[in-house]
Amino acid sequence: MGISRRSALKVMAAAAATMVGTTLSAHETQAAAVVARPDAVGMLYDATRCIGCKACMVACNEANDVTPDTSASGGLWDMPVDLNEHAKNIIKLYRDPGTGAQSFVKRQCMHCLDPACVGACMLGALQKGEKGIVSYNPDLCVGCRYCEMGCPFNVPKFEWSKAMPKLVKCELCRQRIAKGQEPACCEVCPVGAVIYGKRTDLLADAHQRLARNPGSYVPKVYGEHEAGGTQVLYLAHVDFEKLDLPAYGDESVPRRVRRLQETIYKGFVAPVALYGLFAAVMLRNREKPDSAKTKEGQP
Amino acid sequence: MNAESRPQPLGGAVFTRPVLVLAVFAGIAGLLIVWRFIVGLGASTALNDGYPWGLWIAFDVVTGTALSCGGYSVALLVYILNRGKYHPLIRPALVTSAFGYTIAGLSVVVDIGRPWIAYKLPFFWHWNLNSVLLEVSLCIMTYTVVLWLELSPAFLEWARTSTYSLFRRVGDTGLPVANKSLLWLIALGMLLPTMHQSSLGSLLLLSGPRLHPLWNTTLLPLLFLISCIAMGFGAVVMEGGLSSKFLGRKFETDMLAGLGFAMLPLIGVYLGLRLIDLGIRGQLGALFAFDHYSVMSVIELALFVAAGVLLATDRRRHNAGNLFRAAMLLVLAGALYRFDVFLVAFQPGPNWSYFPSVTEILITSGLVAGELAGYIVLIKLFPIMAGEPQAAAA
Repeated sequence: MGISRRSALKVMAAAAATMVGTTLSAHETQAAAVVARPDAVGMLYDATRCIGCKACMVACNEANDVTPDTSASGGLWDMPVDLNEHAKNIIKLYRDPGTGAQSFVKRQCMHCLDPACVGACMLGALQKGEKGIVSYNPDLCVGCRYCEMGCPFNVPKFEWSKAMPKLVKCELCRQRIAKGQEPACCEVCPVGAVIYGKRTDLLADAHQRLARNPGSYVPKVYGEHEAGGTQVLYLAHVDFEKLDLPAYGDESVPRRVRRLQETIYKGFVAPVALYGLFAAVMLRNREKPDSAKTKEGQP
Repeated sequence: MNAESRPQPLGGAVFTRPVLVLAVFAGIAGLLIVWRFIVGLGASTALNDGYPWGLWIAFDVVTGTALSCGGYSVALLVYILNRGKYHPLIRPALVTSAFGYTIAGLSVVVDIGRPWIAYKLPFFWHWNLNSVLLEVSLCIMTYTVVLWLELSPAFLEWARTSTYSLFRRVGDTGLPVANKSLLWLIALGMLLPTMHQSSLGSLLLLSGPRLHPLWNTTLLPLLFLISCIAMGFGAVVMEGGLSSKFLGRKFETDMLAGLGFAMLPLIGVYLGLRLIDLGIRGQLGALFAFDHYSVMSVIELALFVAAGVLLATDRRRHNAGNLFRAAMLLVLAGALYRFDVFLVAFQPGPNWSYFPSVTEILITSGLVAGELAGYIVLIKLFPIMAGEPQAAAA
């Protein structure tokens, strides 16, 4: 081999130095937190206003060509028990076993500012699309379901019943928004419990409602900061956790992963250095094969 | 390498009864795979929207590739730590690795819902570089090819002795090329597992908020990496034990005891990191909560400790039965750790549950059976095992 032992050692030293360097510099290059884009749109759902009529569920099915889920109603009417391949949007009822206090809650995609599903998706089938809507492109989806493993809100659903399945999730009726319409659920709601708008306007509206009627709300806009912030916001009079909206911290889910991955793989320097190191050590060892045998006491 | 340890085909009848029985199981799996593609995943598996990943990912891919780290672990020992005496272990270890990774790849194709899109994975302009799964998929695909290429000298050596002149010519021209590029391939064959075996641990970091605190740590990739190297050694020892029992090979006590010694620091560092991490995150108490999370963790840790205890002294390591049991415990420990992270620690909510369906289990076991049959056939036909003129029994 045309490489001397000394130059092999030099390569090794250089590789080791690079690796240490990358690791140390990692602290400065921490993945930045994602903030809402200025044109971000979303929904504000006010649980104190919802009457549980489920008109939004019917409208959602119609607008998105979703076949009704009649499995729990003996084939008679749409009656999903949770979000699933036949339900992109659902109204659930929570009743407190102790006090009897109750609240409806509407569930659909939260359209996170920094979504775990988008971070998970290998080929970008799920992306932050126009106006920050988390949108799905089946042409790039291999059906791995890593998005389902990642989503902290259990939102993406899979067409388990089909041989050629797709992913199913609320896309904020982006086909309607493109035509200047509202999401179907917001348009149809008879009491304005769910409204559509720019995220900044919705946030201001929500805080105004809290300020005006402090007694009738839990003093928080859910989604303002939770899991890094979401474009769908919630107001409620019952603890959010009871409505299955967990008390997540301010950091988005994928940010922690990005920080780690960027530490290890920044510029792909570390893998290349490690490859060089392996090759250099092997070249060196080839020159003095198995010297270890003699000095190796154990085993 | 001296002449007596030069790899040789085992020879003997190829389609023996055990091979045929294994082939039947593999055949059943093949039929069930066809059925799965006709009826879809919902009808053929117990997977659901709460547990979108089940047996195929947790066992075939995550545990299976870790068990297939023999080639990687022994390569580190031979080429990086320069312990040439373990060289005869490399080829057989590479064969199990190559089969294990091929099976994992096959399982992924069965598991994903839209495999006809998968051909787009190498299209770099679509890549989401933030996706840990993308890194894992590309690494595993590349490594599977690398593994078979690392084995190419075995096939080319065989071709040189073929009765067909075409094969002989391929062997004669190919072998020098293969031998020359081997070093660069082997280096790649050590880099890729370092990357994807650790990243298999990083995968579940994305489920962080829904991962039980006993397992939810940024150290997941490091713990996965250390344990997979240990499992690789464990698998090679087990392979040695099984081929001595069923193929009439000699149990290479001295060499395999050496692997047992190599496992010790790995077990020590793994356990140390695990406990320190639990301590720093204030979760040591959760180990003694006696819910099923704490029970699973304690069993997992106890298996690592037990393997370490069985390997603790030179005498214990040179006792073949003892060494084999230690390797088995270690492999179980690593497997349970992976199952715990992917299926136990992952908490989608109280309304969801998962236990693999009969189809899932039969497909997994059929694939493993196919792997075993392939291994037996390969070592009989091709120069894999270190020379030892002995007739095969199985």
